[in-house]
Amino acid sequence: MMHGPPRGANSAPSQRPLADTRAPDEGDGVDTSPDVSDRVAKTTCYMCACRCGIEVHIKNGKVRYINGNKDHPVNRGVICGKGSSGIMQHYSPARLKKPLLRTGPRGSGAFREIEWEEAFSIATERLSAIRRTDPKKLAFFTGRDQSQSLTGWWAAKFGTPNFAAHGGFCSVNMAAGGLYSIGGSFWEFGEPDWDNTKYFMLFGVAEDHDSNPIKIGLGKLKARGAKVVSINPCRTGYNAIADDWIGIRPGTDGLFVFALIHELLKAGRVDLDYLLRYTNAHTLVIQEPGAADDGLFVRDADGNPLAWDRVAEKPVRADDALAKPALTGSHEVNGRRCVPVFQLIADRYLDESYSPDAVAERCGISAATIRRIAAELAHVAFEQTIELPVAWTDWAGRRHETIKGRPVAMHAMRGISAHSNGFHTCRAIHLLQVLLGTVDVPGGFRFKPPYPKSAPPGPKPSGKAVKPMTPLDGMPLGFVCGPDDLLVDEAGTPLRIDKAYSWDAPLAAHGLMHSVIRNAWAGDPYKIDTLMMYMSNMAWNSSMNTVETIAMLTDKDEAAAYRIPFIIYSDAYYSETVPFADLVLPDTTYLERHDCISLLDRPISHADGPGDAIRHPVVEPDRDVRPFQSVLIELGARLGLPGFVNEDGSAKYHDYADYIVNHERTPGIGPLAGWRGKDGTSTGKGKPNPNQLQRYIDNGGFWHHDLAADQRFYKMGNRAYLDFAVQMGFIPKAEPIVFQLYSEPMQRFRLAARGHGRVLPPQTERKRIETYMDPLPIWYMPFEEAAVDLEKYPLHALTQRPMHMYHSWGSQNAWLRQITSQNRLFVHHRTGAGLGLVDDDWVWIESINGRVKGQIKLIDGVNESTVWTWNAIGKRRGSWGLKDDAGESNRGFLLNHIIGDQTSADANGRRYANADPVTGQAAWFDLRVRIVKCAPQEAGFTEPQFERFEQPPHFEPSPDISRFGAEFRHAREAAQ
Amino acid sequence: MTCLPSHMDKRLGLVIDLDTCVGCQACVTACKEWNTGGHMAPLTDTDPYGGHVDGVWFNRVHSYEHTTEMGGRTVNFPRSCLHCETPACVTVCPTGASYKRASDGIVLIDESKCIGCKLCSWACPYGAREFDTDVGVMKKCTLCVDRIYNDNLAEGDRVPACVAACPTSARHFGDLGDPASAVSQLVAERGGVDLMPEMGYRPTNKYLPPRAHTQRAASVPAKALEPVKAEGGFLGWVDRMLSN
Amino acid sequence: MHPAFSVVFFTTATGAGYGLLALLGVLGATGFIAPGFWLGLAGMALSLGLISAGLLSSTGHLGRPERAWRAFSQWRSSWLSREGVASVATFIPAGLFGLGWVVFGRLDGWVAAAGLLAAVGAIVTVCMTGMIYASLKPIAQWHSPYTLPGYLIFSGMSGIVLLNALLAGFGLGTNRLLAASILLTLLGWGWKLATWRHNDQLEIPTTANTATGLAGGTVRSLEWPHTEENYLLKEMGFRIARKHSAKLRLITQVLAFGLPILLLIAGFALPWPLEAVAAALAAISQFAGMLVERWLFFAEAKHTVTLYYGR
Repeated sequence: MMHGPPRGANSAPSQRPLADTRAPDEGDGVDTSPDVSDRVAKTTCYMCACRCGIEVHIKNGKVRYINGNKDHPVNRGVICGKGSSGIMQHYSPARLKKPLLRTGPRGSGAFREIEWEEAFSIATERLSAIRRTDPKKLAFFTGRDQSQSLTGWWAAKFGTPNFAAHGGFCSVNMAAGGLYSIGGSFWEFGEPDWDNTKYFMLFGVAEDHDSNPIKIGLGKLKARGAKVVSINPCRTGYNAIADDWIGIRPGTDGLFVFALIHELLKAGRVDLDYLLRYTNAHTLVIQEPGAADDGLFVRDADGNPLAWDRVAEKPVRADDALAKPALTGSHEVNGRRCVPVFQLIADRYLDESYSPDAVAERCGISAATIRRIAAELAHVAFEQTIELPVAWTDWAGRRHETIKGRPVAMHAMRGISAHSNGFHTCRAIHLLQVLLGTVDVPGGFRFKPPYPKSAPPGPKPSGKAVKPMTPLDGMPLGFVCGPDDLLVDEAGTPLRIDKAYSWDAPLAAHGLMHSVIRNAWAGDPYKIDTLMMYMSNMAWNSSMNTVETIAMLTDKDEAAAYRIPFIIYSDAYYSETVPFADLVLPDTTYLERHDCISLLDRPISHADGPGDAIRHPVVEPDRDVRPFQSVLIELGARLGLPGFVNEDGSAKYHDYADYIVNHERTPGIGPLAGWRGKDGTSTGKGKPNPNQLQRYIDNGGFWHHDLAADQRFYKMGNRAYLDFAVQMGFIPKAEPIVFQLYSEPMQRFRLAARGHGRVLPPQTERKRIETYMDPLPIWYMPFEEAAVDLEKYPLHALTQRPMHMYHSWGSQNAWLRQITSQNRLFVHHRTGAGLGLVDDDWVWIESINGRVKGQIKLIDGVNESTVWTWNAIGKRRGSWGLKDDAGESNRGFLLNHIIGDQTSADANGRRYANADPVTGQAAWFDLRVRIVKCAPQEAGFTEPQFERFEQPPHFEPSPDISRFGAEFRHAREAAQ
Repeated sequence: MTCLPSHMDKRLGLVIDLDTCVGCQACVTACKEWNTGGHMAPLTDTDPYGGHVDGVWFNRVHSYEHTTEMGGRTVNFPRSCLHCETPACVTVCPTGASYKRASDGIVLIDESKCIGCKLCSWACPYGAREFDTDVGVMKKCTLCVDRIYNDNLAEGDRVPACVAACPTSARHFGDLGDPASAVSQLVAERGGVDLMPEMGYRPTNKYLPPRAHTQRAASVPAKALEPVKAEGGFLGWVDRMLSN
Repeated sequence: MHPAFSVVFFTTATGAGYGLLALLGVLGATGFIAPGFWLGLAGMALSLGLISAGLLSSTGHLGRPERAWRAFSQWRSSWLSREGVASVATFIPAGLFGLGWVVFGRLDGWVAAAGLLAAVGAIVTVCMTGMIYASLKPIAQWHSPYTLPGYLIFSGMSGIVLLNALLAGFGLGTNRLLAASILLTLLGWGWKLATWRHNDQLEIPTTANTATGLAGGTVRSLEWPHTEENYLLKEMGFRIARKHSAKLRLITQVLAFGLPILLLIAGFALPWPLEAVAAALAAISQFAGMLVERWLFFAEAKHTVTLYYGR
């Protein structure tokens, strides 16, 4: 009989153990109770960015198997296809063994092994020379690492502004779109209310960072019979199980959303009360064309935005809870003509150009479908409202006897993010959510603490003053509120190597990793000395325009020196990028290291409460590798970086674990929030606790705090929650967080484009800034689509990672690669028929940037004007421990080869990063292609092909057979 | 003994919800991971890093496009042993290696008796059996017989690895011979079906069909939206609403 | 189904061997063949040699041939086990029959009884072989009323053509035997044509719909669970192009039926030893043709598991 209630996500009566789990007396000699493991270590998965809790079963010092931790707030016991394959990642033959120093030409793969001491001295010598002269000549970019609060802080202490992670490539449109609008965002900082929603809309997601939570959530929706609507050109993954699949044309989601908004406005199906309480809908916007304050909020003498009290007929503070603010009309305040934000919204989106009929063709969705979805949204939001019987008090002290909810939830990710119009599209979706009154309400989209924060959150990016031997005055990444915060010099030239926070990408909250190699190669805006990278495959699938990127990494100047003088790279595996490094620092696997999944970075919080987690070594490394974070800390100490050394110059932290426990970002606040204080009784703030890691280990590797029932919703205006957030140090003051439907920071950029202000864009950039920094969401055609001849390139081309490899490094994984070792181009039947193509045909996929060859598969479940393929299956020969005949390098292909890293030249001859003009988010979904059947002699193998990498010293050929697991059986049988 | 038991105390099996499966392969690798060290260990992989990689797996997920006059749907489809009531894979076995347990209905292979004639895999219409060329014997799903009764596992973990792993809760486990069991009720409620019923193997495992385009589909009884009729159009409506 | 040579050769050789053995047993016991050392030795060596070679070849298909002895245990349920038991059991009367004929030079009394028993054993064994295939529901081309008679007819046909060649070799050929050989070959030809016709028109109730439980409309494979071929596809996913198949059917008809019939007809007119040469050529041609037939028997058989792979 079960003891205690069933735990975990899969605990329905139909998923539980048998009522009696005693083995029946079958008499067949089967050992039904084999010994499983000697010990079970609970830690955090790292097969992707999802950060699930895992239980690692160790038998005879080897990993026997890994399963999900039922108590963990992220995955509640389930585990995905990658998580279970962690064993094969850990025992991969592609793992690096020792530090490497390049001996052959860059990119050849010729290395010699060196000792760590030599590696440290090479790096220290190089980096300290940079720090003594010009710290910005170090560009430090990391990939999917989960230690950005350390890596960013390290860069700041080094004194270089040139730091970012892979967010600029991945999701900054979603992060910035959300943070500038509602002070939270999809995935990282919010989630649908899976337990209460009745209508779920999923935009541009087939698989997600938030892998297991979304799957658990979808399971709940399905069990309850809630409706799932997916908006996606491809009918795979989550879209496969949608009740309604809307195969939209890529890059038109914004228009579709505007049409929904148009319909809802026209029918008066918006939540006015919610808008008044939680948004700036009533805030007055100055309407004085040509003036320096045109489009800014009207403010009182203390700088508080004003609204118009329609009863008192006078201006009042917008945050006056007793006022009766107007949402419409034109008013005069302080001698300025102004209108409420909502009036601007109504004026814009009620325009017939956003009617379903006007957008239907462009979106590839019938007007009737758009109208139906709008009607369904309205019906569920307003006719199927829910109320939780919990009393709560809002920020103004008003008590509410119940928590009211409008059970429409939305989630959006990659398909929105990776377009050059993604920022505005993301904002459009948030606008739709807010108009329906569904953000942080029961059944809606909910914030995960430490969010919401003010929109945008502080602090601003640092890097205006870069001086030798001087740390930055803040962190390299942050949120700008206007042109004054940009990192540009007097002439408007970017101060960062990736041109983040410049006129090219003003709100580049995650940096532009995808621009670093080109800019460093071109010396634009300046030359650098050392490019240090971690865990990012920039010479292959993490770059656009791979062929040229590779050429830039190996290009030499007139003096026969590499244009990018020195490259340091840390990776655990022999990836396509390792051979391009001059110095390779071999990392450990996730089972061999400490890590923290921190509230300072991107934690494991749930909408019902904050949480963070650790990794800790569960097996010993069998080779001379070190965790990169510990290496970085030692490097910091050797360089004498402030914060990394004591006053006597000795190292402050002996490794990452020491840092995790003892580092304090501000007094009392460190990487981990749980069990703080000397005795471990404090939460959030408190002195370092020397036993903190053990407390985490004892608790299953994580800490989680459950919010009280009255703190869980309306966090943006919930007094009990806001007080808690202040106490935890999430926000500075217990003030309501106002959703910025109209973004004043964006308008400030527009004003600069009109010549107002201290920091002005160069003349050539003004039109671009004026156009794209619109304070209300807009839609425009994705850049590549607008630039190319659509007759010539009639198709959209998309990529997505298969679920079993999402955010993973699956091709070296003996199990995962069996599932997918060749990708095909999926083409709609009718499109294929029109081109005379049949299944398995080999075709050239051609864009303005080049061509790549692959094999096709005809399908129904895709937008007719779209082709797509699994991403990052194609691999370069000689990498990842794969044999030369591997499908990945012979038949699989990488679409990145034909995705430009720059836009086509504009009228001024300028080429920008192929990115969103607001955030710098890489626009790899903008790709347009044509497909051409290849000649018979060209069929059967992919192109382009690249030279095979040499193998590092002491790399044994990968095995011809794997009998993993036999040893456990032998041990069991021997023991009997 | 390859004759089938005349009576079974239980009919343990799986119920797989095709309406919910997103094709994430979680059950596939969880199965591989448990079983490669489990009762039939190892699940050998040949040429694991080469161009002809192949391996023994007990559970595989296909995807299909199902198109009817009502519309199209992509269906992810996990396929594993169905632990049939009348499994020919058992009766064709010449050595007694293949057998069906009388106590719980699990179809197993006694590896020590298997001569690797492969006939059982020919007899199985579902492709549930995979041959380990390295060991020379047939292998198959054990319904995690070394988990579901395992005293060395926490009680709550005594379910098949695939069921424990499934992130969307698309997999269920229990006694399908007991009409009162939770799985049997789920099957009844959702119209669970047998695969290839015409074969007459009487599979124990059941599949719950997708709900889209059926009467079980989620739907919203929404009326078409009508423009507001207030004077001054929508903005007039806003003013009126606010002054109420 | 993958046409593994070990199995193709096994069924072809044992079929011919058991056919010959049965005929030797019956005709010997009934006095149609006179006892003679060399004829006995050659006949028994040929039949038992084919049987043994075939059985030996079949173990090449096994993953663990050293455990083959275990296959005799499950005769109550398994046609394969029954085949094993029958094949081994048949060796006893066949051995005695051969002993009586070759060593004692007699075909009467207990030798005749042993011959008849050997014939029964041979027929039973061929039936068991046929039933292995005929009992497999997942393979519609095999799970058909044509399979078992086919195995018996082809066994008898190859046996009698071999016997004809054997007797002709010893100058003992008769027109009646020639006529019987031609008739059985014609029967085999007709049966094969009928089988093909049946298989080509098969309406198999098992479809991708029933395989997946997805009712109505079309079910089309989008992606396999693995990129490269796995055991199931290697073993059961064998595909043969229609064109290729048609060519092999033609070859089968020429080698197994057409050419042997012409050679056998020629036997009526040809003087010895040319008659014997023609008879031997007919047997060799037919054996080669039957190998192709058996290869096609596998290659054209479609297992239901292929439905999961959209094949």
